[in-house]
Amino acid sequence: MALVLTEEQSMLRDSARGLISDKAPVSHLRHLRDSKDPTGFSKELWHSFAEMGFAGLLVPEEFGGSGLGYVEAGVVMEEIGRTLMPSPFLATGVVAASALNRGGNAAQKSEYLPKIASGSLLAALAIDEGAKHRPLQTSLRAVRAGNGFKLSGAKALVVDGHVADLLIVAARTAGAAGEREGLTLFLVDSKAKGIAVERTVMVDAHNAARVEFANVEVNADSVLGEVDQAAGLLDSVLDIGRGAVASEMVGLSEEVFNRTVEYLKSRKQFGKLIGEFQALQHRAAELYIDIEITRAAVMKALQALDADVAKAASAVAVAKARAGTTSTRAVHEGVQMHGGMGMTDQFDIGFFMKRARVCEELFGDANYHTEQLARARGY
Amino acid sequence: MAESRTSDTESADLEQFRNKTRAWLEANCPPEMRKPATSDADVFWGGRNAKFSSEPQRVWFERMRDKGWTVPDWPKEYGGGGLSAAEHKVLRAEMAKMGARPPLSSFGIWMLGPALLKYGNDAQKKEHLPKIAAGEIRWCQGYSEPNAGSDLASLQTRAESDGDDFIINGQKIWTSYANYADWIFCLVRTDPTAKKHDGISFILFDMTSKGVSTKPILLISGYSPFCETFFDNVRVPKSHVVGQINRGWDVAKYLLQHERAMISGMGERGVGRPLGQIAADTVGTDALGRLDDAMLRGQIARFDVDEAALAACAERAVDLAKAGQAHPAFSSAMKYYGTELNKRRYEILMSAGGVDALEWESERSKQGARPRAWLRTKANSIEGGTSEVMLGIVAKRILDLPGA
Repeated sequence: MALVLTEEQSMLRDSARGLISDKAPVSHLRHLRDSKDPTGFSKELWHSFAEMGFAGLLVPEEFGGSGLGYVEAGVVMEEIGRTLMPSPFLATGVVAASALNRGGNAAQKSEYLPKIASGSLLAALAIDEGAKHRPLQTSLRAVRAGNGFKLSGAKALVVDGHVADLLIVAARTAGAAGEREGLTLFLVDSKAKGIAVERTVMVDAHNAARVEFANVEVNADSVLGEVDQAAGLLDSVLDIGRGAVASEMVGLSEEVFNRTVEYLKSRKQFGKLIGEFQALQHRAAELYIDIEITRAAVMKALQALDADVAKAASAVAVAKARAGTTSTRAVHEGVQMHGGMGMTDQFDIGFFMKRARVCEELFGDANYHTEQLARARGY
Repeated sequence: MAESRTSDTESADLEQFRNKTRAWLEANCPPEMRKPATSDADVFWGGRNAKFSSEPQRVWFERMRDKGWTVPDWPKEYGGGGLSAAEHKVLRAEMAKMGARPPLSSFGIWMLGPALLKYGNDAQKKEHLPKIAAGEIRWCQGYSEPNAGSDLASLQTRAESDGDDFIINGQKIWTSYANYADWIFCLVRTDPTAKKHDGISFILFDMTSKGVSTKPILLISGYSPFCETFFDNVRVPKSHVVGQINRGWDVAKYLLQHERAMISGMGERGVGRPLGQIAADTVGTDALGRLDDAMLRGQIARFDVDEAALAACAERAVDLAKAGQAHPAFSSAMKYYGTELNKRRYEILMSAGGVDALEWESERSKQGARPRAWLRTKANSIEGGTSEVMLGIVAKRILDLPGA
């Protein structure tokens, strides 16, 4: 498959870009932040997303979705990255939809997937527990009780956790932290007794929450996939999420870069446009090259996911690692080349720096994924 | 997503081509040719005085030549395979999969051929392309001069009109393998009064012409892959100019894009053993099988990430070109990154090799193959345009930044 967008994918990009740049420029995020919006995103916009078929982009047609692939999801994520639009698309439309579609039984799929596609159900994956992304370190306990389980423990960085109707919770039903065996995924109603949600306002003004589980009772039907055997499903769902976040990071990096190059062409010092200085020209050129290479790596990963999620791990590790280092470089250069203006809250560039930092932590940072590649290659 | 019927048929045809190609390669590529060449002598460059270093090398070359697959995407009338871009990609992928090495290495294939296909007249194409495809003529590149390196357009080798001929005088430098080459493609100044880019012509001539001499240059690697090349009243027919007289800079730039694409490929040679395994030979592994040098392991892993990403970008660059969406200066971006990456690869290899990688002459070290290759890579970011020139091209031509 060619590493360029098809005509259909380009049309999808154009329609996503049209909607997002029109309804959710960076000022949209700024407004949500400054007004301390309780939802953290625009419900109205999410309904437009659903109407345009984006909410159910990954949901199969039989469940009311568009049945498209991960390349298409990446196209939408990239546009989201350009304006930093807060949206349930990642947590609900990509991660939860994939988890349910890949791991769900017939009843679970027909209950939840149509609601995701219509935009009426929000979901969130609860995975991380410590400061860093370490999926196998999951230690939230799920103990058998009667016909079901009781969940106890805490989760951090649950994206959209405070607005989600449905939580997809990674728990340990057997074994010890660090082991692949003994992980189970549960579908848990966020209103269930014993759940305490604390919205954690993060540096990027996007949604995140800490969720505590105190003997939360769930029945056996709430298990997603197989008891004790969720590691494989979790790997797949996380890789899909990583590909999506990497796409957002490409969009974010390119937008920061474009704004910075425009600034180099308009700001004058020493009687010259600062873009005439070779020191800045070469740094801008290096950043451009970095972004182009990362864009290709991310496309490669998304195509690999579309071909076979189970075989895409190394391509995804490369993509997320590159997205991390490239976006970090892009936002640093963006602020530095904008000089004092880059340090002001009034200027948008800082929003990109903050979001890039969160995206870097989300589903594993560049170090994590570089390590994964080393292990996969056996050294 | 509904796919159109045509694209279904196309992909079925391509799948059939893949199967046929794989079967043909399996049947025709000798086992010895399914691993990377380990020395320059192991590479077949063709030419009037070419010798095969082994029987499998000859067999592999002749079979590929007969199929037109030394230049798979050139038209059949010029000795090519006539493959479409998609088929060419399949062939490359299948060759890579089995580790099959290129049957013929040639500046004619990588650089002159594409320029002739675009700018050559019918007679020139008919004369030169089939001989390139068949490995009959070995070409060298007369571009740089002692005072025209990064500032190539300031070149001074002059060609003066004398009836139907030009008389060429001057000196080139860094002419790769000029001492083995049969013909040269050369930049000469045909109008000394014009602005520097406007008075240059792109001309072809035989290296056995009277007045041509070469002198190899000994490099820090101890090898002499480059020459100084001297022209003393060399008579060349005007019909050997490619494109218009005084418009040679267009041809030169177009050819440079191909040269840069070729050099950038050096950074993504995912062939042979992975760096992590090579390093394990010397630094050892811990109980978990990890390299027993955490910092080196990290360096290698970061290299592997960047190498895989560059490979994706190289693939995308080809696909963008096919789709007509490529920026003509993008090869400068690839050249910059690919060469810097290749230098990183050899720094890692030297670090991994430790003392073993310092031996210069012993049989054990294959006459210092690794340190010599390491030193050779330092030229990657100089030849074909320095890294700094590449960044300047990206800044000006792609990013449209202001200034000289």
